[in-house]
Order: sequence, then structure tokens, then C-alpha cells
Amino acid sequence: MASSASLPSRTWQFLTLRRGGKRWHWTDLFTYGYLGLGIFLMFGPVVWLVLSSFKTPAGLLEFPPTWAPLGQVVVEVEGYKKPLPMYRVTMEDGTTKDLAQIRRIGIISQMLDPADPSTKYKIPIKQREPIREFRMAWENYLDPLERFNFLSYLTNSVIVTTLATLITLLINSMAAFGLSIYEFKGRNAVMLFVIGTLMIPITVILVPVYLVVTELGMVNSLWAVILPGAATPTGVFLLRQYMLTIPRDLIEASRMDKATEWQVYWRVVLPLAMPAVAVLAIFSIMWRWNEFLWPLIVLNRSEVYTLQVGLNAFQGELDVQWHYILAMTVVTLIPVVVVFAFLQKFITTGIASSGMK
Amino acid sequence: MTEIALKNVYKAFDSVEVLHGIDLQVQSGQFVVFVGPSGCGKSTLLRIIAGLEEVTSGDVEIDGEVVNNVAASERGLAMVFQSYALYPHMTVYQNMAFGLENSRMPRDEINQRVSKAAEMLQITDYLKRRPKALSGGQRQRVAIGRAIVREPKAFLFDEPLSNLDAELRVTMRKELAALHANIGGTMIYVTHDQTEAMTLADQIVVLNQGRVEQAGPPLELYNTPQNLFVAGFIGSPRMNIVQAQLARKGEQWILKSGQTEIMINSLPDLVEGEACSFGIRPEHIKLANADDADASVIVELTEQLGGETYIYCRSEDLGAFNVHQAGQIPVKRGEPLHLNFERSSLHLFDKNGKVLANGLG
Repeated sequence: MASSASLPSRTWQFLTLRRGGKRWHWTDLFTYGYLGLGIFLMFGPVVWLVLSSFKTPAGLLEFPPTWAPLGQVVVEVEGYKKPLPMYRVTMEDGTTKDLAQIRRIGIISQMLDPADPSTKYKIPIKQREPIREFRMAWENYLDPLERFNFLSYLTNSVIVTTLATLITLLINSMAAFGLSIYEFKGRNAVMLFVIGTLMIPITVILVPVYLVVTELGMVNSLWAVILPGAATPTGVFLLRQYMLTIPRDLIEASRMDKATEWQVYWRVVLPLAMPAVAVLAIFSIMWRWNEFLWPLIVLNRSEVYTLQVGLNAFQGELDVQWHYILAMTVVTLIPVVVVFAFLQKFITTGIASSGMK
Repeated sequence: MTEIALKNVYKAFDSVEVLHGIDLQVQSGQFVVFVGPSGCGKSTLLRIIAGLEEVTSGDVEIDGEVVNNVAASERGLAMVFQSYALYPHMTVYQNMAFGLENSRMPRDEINQRVSKAAEMLQITDYLKRRPKALSGGQRQRVAIGRAIVREPKAFLFDEPLSNLDAELRVTMRKELAALHANIGGTMIYVTHDQTEAMTLADQIVVLNQGRVEQAGPPLELYNTPQNLFVAGFIGSPRMNIVQAQLARKGEQWILKSGQTEIMINSLPDLVEGEACSFGIRPEHIKLANADDADASVIVELTEQLGGETYIYCRSEDLGAFNVHQAGQIPVKRGEPLHLNFERSSLHLFDKNGKVLANGLG
């Protein structure tokens, strides 16, 4: 059996599993090809994002683009404020020389030899090649975190996500409890009404909700982001469907056990609905972490920015700081990826039982 | 000690009436069994007493107090469910303590009560386990334990043994009887199994289609059924019931079914030519010689159990007919059998199924 084999060989065995048995069938090749394409389509952009986030601004603008974060070698030369980029130049006599570029005028670039700064050369740009080395531009990450207050954006995002998720879980589960455990006239109508709100896109209610939030004086506070989205129809639906599957006998048994309705909810129904609550928690975390439009509208001061809004701040009308955007996008991705990696089983159950993402 | 009374209780689910005026008195300390075929309303009746269903009309009284509008949690009753309804996320201990915690009992007393009940039910070793890790019988005990620790006014059991296998059912049945003898509370027990009813009850209430057919001690129901339904329902194997006609041969009254004629003593209300039915339990039939037999049948199947024999027969006049004899009776399929009916155990019913006489001595 494979159990005695080492981990890499077992992994390889798994990755080359074939239909039926030993020989490669064309469907095997097709399947692996299809899966490979899928991985490339979905994972490719992420990989490119991470690699690009380590590129310098110059490296990002380079055409044709490179996969790896290659940075041009630069040298400090006395008498010049900025470090000068290095090029490998083919001289007229056919020899090659490593020169630093001072400036470029049209198709001619002015260069000098760092070893001998006094001699200047005029070289047509066709004859030079940038000298590149593999270099991780950590400053893409460090600068925003240090200079642009990104840590406080991160804190805000964490506060919003945690608080909003807790509130969402509490009130959604209470609504679901009411709509699943009690039988009353119009229960299904209420449920339909809740589900119906799914059909209203947020853009439609943006203005009225903004007015409500302003009236309550919550603009520019995190509560403005936390509260309006706390009751989600998806969450109520998901939890209610799950609670409907809890045997009625248990509810009745707890009532016979002198439990108040709150105790029935808190001590019996909620613990039993934990799998669904976990699914909703994951969804809520992902929704809140990635939320952009609403925070952008209600949060106008940079102290209360969440990560997503903070990211947007790097995007000016004339100047887009791609290197910061890319790096901070990676930072914002990390928590969601971690949540997903550890709890993907719950997420798939959630999607399977609610049909929503 | 608790008395429970039902007064003219009606129950309808939307337009479907399931209980049609139930009057019932449960004496303090009695073990009362509601028995009837499925769908007869016995579980509904129990749930009405528990407070889990509301009555459509009529009164439920506990100790003389009308409790129609008292919530289940306030009635002070404990119920054991058919599915046990143990909280799967709690340990056995927590399951048993839940009801006590809800009534804000001090920790020490909870501990004391739970361990006492656990000892009585021999589940002390499982107190830390979850219900999932218990067998059916153990779950059953926990469910009963959860009721006992509450020291309720009365215990309600909703078919508690129906999920157990046959052997365990017999064991648990004995334990329940012992439990009742031990703690002596008022107990109401619902079952569709007449053997359970006969063995456990002080008082059996036979329900059929939302009505009480007869209520009384087990042997009273066995010996003097008031109608055809009770006669057929109580007793295992079932009483043989034969459609017949009242006839007279001179001064002698006879029950006539086809060619079979059974002579009986006169009774006050007999009408000649009236349709009727008579019943005789398989255990009250004697084997006889051809010349002095009441009826003759053909053997279809025999079950030899060693100590006793069940003989399943058939005849044109009597239809399917079962005989139960002590000891070993060497009869074979297809053999004729001549039967004699003990007149003192013959039950006569009129055409509406109401009893005319229990015993035609």
C-alpha cells in the first residue's frame, strides 16, 4: 500500500491518478488539461499579483512585462542626486561596456562610466540593454504601512469585520429562530419578504440609507459601516433553513424542561445550528472585509478608512501608485485566503445549502 | 401526588377533528396507559396534557386547577419522548441538569439529584458522554433520568420503548414498572402495543378515532370488553370474532353462522333474526370430539413453541380462526379440528358492535 511510501511520492501518486488503472487514457489527459487550465485561469492572476507587488514602479511599467520582480541595477555617482540606472551598451567597435544613464533625450541617451564619471557618452537607445537583477521591492509593503497609516486602516477593517460579524450572527440567528421555531400566520410571507430584499441591489438604496445614517449622526464613524448591513437576508435564510431541520422534539423537550424562550434559543437551538452559524460567520467575514462601495461613501476621513477605501486612496486622478496598490492588495487578500483555506469545508456546505456566495 | 382530569376535550387541526370529547380522570399515583391504533389521537391527548398542544374546547385540570392557558414549562410535568429528544450537544450530565438549571436550583442540589437518578438508572458511568456515544437503551435511561431529576408532578411517556429492539423492550418495560413502584408518581404512558399496556398499567384507556372506547384496569378490559373494538384490540393473539345471526330452535337460542350453530342460554334483550357477532379468545377454546363439537375447522398452520401451541385454522363458516393450547398438540396442515367453546368466555356483541353479554353461561 501507498501508506508506507513517503509523502512526496504519495503526492505524486495522487497527482497522476488515472482512470481505471495503469494506462493513460485520453480522458485522463483531457481532465488534467482542463484542470490545469482552470488553475491557470484562477490562480494565475493571483500569482502575478503577488509577483508584481514586489516590483519597483519602473519594473511595473516595463514592456514587455516580466514575470519575476526584476529591478534595474542602479549606482550612486557623485554629483548626481538620484541613483543612475545601469545599462549594458554595445559600443561602435563591437565591444560592450556597463554605463550609467544620466538622462535621455529623444533616441539618444547621455551616459557615463561610474568608474570614470568625467567621460560622457552619447549612445543611441537601441544600443543599450538595461542590466537587471532579481530584487524584491519590500518598500512597496513597508512604505504604506509606515508612512500612509495603513496599520490604522487594518485596525479599522478588523474592528468593522469582527463587530459586524458578531452583530450579524446575533440578529440573524434571532430572526431565523423566530421564523423557524414558531408557527404563526404569515410566517412564509415574512420569509418571502426577507428573501425579496435580495432582489434590491445596494446601489438602489444607497441614497436613502445614507440619509438615515446622516440623521443618526454616524457618518465618519465605523458604526456607519457596521450597522446598516448587519441584517442580511442571506444569513436569515441560511440559518432558518438549518434550524428547520432541528427536531421539534428537542424544542418541546426543552420547554418541558422549564426553559424560557431565550434559553431555548441560546442553549438549545443556537448550539445545534452551529454548522450554519459557522458558514454565515465565514461569509460575513468575507463580505465585510471586501466591502468597498458603502465604506467609501460614509467614511470620508482617513482615520476611519478601512483597507479597501485606503487602497483606493493610492489611485489619484493623474497618478496611480500601482506598486503600493498591488502590495496592499496582497495584504488585504491574506486574511480572506487564510479564512478560506481553513474553513473551505464549511463554505462549500454553505454554498450547497443556500446557493449563494 | 397529582390528579389529572380531562373534561370534554376536543381538538381539531384546522378542519380535521382528531379528538371528539374526551372525559378522563387520572388518579394520583396511578400508571395510566393510553393505547390505540396509530392515528387514534393518543399522542395528541398526551401533548395536550403536557401543554405542547392547545385544546380546541374543553378543560385540562391538574390538581383541580384548569391549566388550559398555562405554558408547558409552567405545568410542572416531565415528558419522555419517543425519539428521546436528548440534547446532542450536551453530555448526559448536562442533559439531566438542564431542567434543574432552568429553575435556578443550587449547584449542590443539582449534583445530588443527578447522581441519585443516575445511580438508580445505572448510568453513572456515562455521565460525561454525549448521547451520540450511547446505545438505544442507555439513551432511553438518560431520557427517563432527565424526567426523574425534575421530581415532576407527573410523568408523561410518549411511546418510549418503540425504538428499542424486542429484548431490550421487555427489560425496559420491567424497569419502568419497577420505577413506578419505586417513586410512585402519577404516570401517563402512550403506546400502540397492547402487551405494554397490559403489563404496565393500573388503568388502561383504549382510544379509537379520537374517542375513548373503554377505560379500566387491564383485566377488566380483557374479561369484559364493552365493544368489538376493545375485544379485538386487547389480548394477544386477538380474539376470534365471527359474524352470526341470532336464531331460535324451539326454546333454545342459537348463534347461527352458515352451518355452524352454537347453543347459548337466553338473555333478556335477544331479538330473533338479528345480526350479531360473537367472540372467543384463542385460549378459551377446547379441542373436542366430532360428535360434541361446536364447530369444525381445517388447520392451516401450527406454531409449536414447546410449552404452548398456536394453531391457525380456517373454515367456511367461521373464517380465519385461531386456537391457543397449552402443551404440544400434534396436528398437521389440512387436518380437521373439532372445537368446543367455553360458554363463560364467549362474548356477544350486537350489530353495532356494542356488547350484549360477556360470558354466556
